[in-house]
Amino acid sequence: MAHPLRGKTAIVGVGHAGFGDASGFTEMEILTQAALAACADAGISLRDIDGLATCSVTSGMWAMNAAESLGIRPKFIDSTMIGGSSFVEHLLPAMLALDAGICNAVLVCYGSTQRSGTVNRAAIASARRLLDAQPYEHPYGPAAPAPSYALAAARHMHQYGTTREQLAEVAVAARKWAQLNPEAQMRDPLTIEDVIGARMVADPLTVRDCCLVTDGAGAFVLTRADRARDLAKPPVHVLGNATAVWHRQISSLPDLTVTAASESGARAFEMAGITAKDADVVELYDAFTINTILFLEDLGFCPKGEGGRFVADGAIAPGGRLPVNTNGGGLSCVHPGMYGIFIMIEAVRQLRGECGERQVNGARIAVVNGNGGVLSSQSTAVLGTADTL
Amino acid sequence: MQTAGPQKQYFDALAAGALKIQRCEACSRHVFYPRVQCPHCGADRLAWVQPTGLGTVYSTTVFRRKPADGGDQQIALIDLDEGVRMMSRVENVDPAAVRIGMRVKARVAQQDGAPVLVFDPVEG
Repeated sequence: MAHPLRGKTAIVGVGHAGFGDASGFTEMEILTQAALAACADAGISLRDIDGLATCSVTSGMWAMNAAESLGIRPKFIDSTMIGGSSFVEHLLPAMLALDAGICNAVLVCYGSTQRSGTVNRAAIASARRLLDAQPYEHPYGPAAPAPSYALAAARHMHQYGTTREQLAEVAVAARKWAQLNPEAQMRDPLTIEDVIGARMVADPLTVRDCCLVTDGAGAFVLTRADRARDLAKPPVHVLGNATAVWHRQISSLPDLTVTAASESGARAFEMAGITAKDADVVELYDAFTINTILFLEDLGFCPKGEGGRFVADGAIAPGGRLPVNTNGGGLSCVHPGMYGIFIMIEAVRQLRGECGERQVNGARIAVVNGNGGVLSSQSTAVLGTADTL
Repeated sequence: MQTAGPQKQYFDALAAGALKIQRCEACSRHVFYPRVQCPHCGADRLAWVQPTGLGTVYSTTVFRRKPADGGDQQIALIDLDEGVRMMSRVENVDPAAVRIGMRVKARVAQQDGAPVLVFDPVEG
């Protein structure tokens, strides 16, 4: 029997703003631009929004700032902050609230001026040492995320023979998709040799294995499916969503080659009634190249340990066997601190057939996996067109 | 009656030159980092024990930083023989020569006026 939440809600509008460099604008200003774009896309007004899900890297009380600035008085508020996966995780509480009739239209939104703003990445890292103290890790360095992901990459290489070239394949595939996306920030040609020869950040990861540092804002609107039918764009239904958190610090993940996506994916797929082989397009949070390999394994696209071989020879690039990160990903499209909202937006656009040169023809089911912290939180969503209901 | 929580007790011991970790009196598993409750079985009877200090590198990286930011920084995850994992660094060896599987032994060092646990390579 189908899960009672399967397909009951739909994403009816998406929007983004401030991609790349939003100099002169605050993060709330570009968030508002993205929210207005999402509402316009849905054919509704911001006045119709009565549910709000949002969070911020810098503000612990961001939902209040957002409600105040947007001029809305939401009946449903969710400000769960579990890092970059938050905007995928925000689905399930919103689905429950909509299904229960608590509210009618939930706006999920995020904005960051991490690149151009005064509170930049370095300032955030130094504030985090005070506000989110980790006395068993911080003395050894990693307030920045790269070393933790590097430890996972090194372990995967050791345990499964994953190669430096296979990691680079992930970045090259992302760049090839970005070259088909006029909105992507990095569109120059990129080779495996370029990735491997780039400046080392944390062995074995070079700067081209790491996501971009950009500004950007994104938003989407979620309603009940019955209402979605009457709005401006074809609805994209939420077939399943689940979140899993196993740890906060990388030293507390028992096996660095297995993430909580193995749990969130299984639960989301069960709700949706699908398996990995049903996915037409896949959007994974690629903060680092190792992420894509780990999530392909953990979500069941290939056996554990085979991710490096799975992505080889352009298999996830345009024209490959599985379209992954079709906007260019956090590696080449956009990455303003937390990227999760953008994998949702890209999945919706693919299912609507709006993606131009990078469109995956006939895409009906999209699998999205958000990641937060240092491989810490994982939220998987399955989205589908109306004919998947 | 205890006068401090597990975190303070751990760092107090370290300041006195001793590495201490917890062991659950209910399920017998070792616990790190120090907690009030066993994360394995939920019992709240955790006793302090002194591990051998011997362990194995589980994973390793070198965080490449500009000299002005402190220069290259070796970072490792170490599995103690008692079965717990901790983040640390391996000293007295070229950072890039630290290998997964390398045997190491704990040592209490000083950093910024506070005790910090580091590891050195050992034979075998």
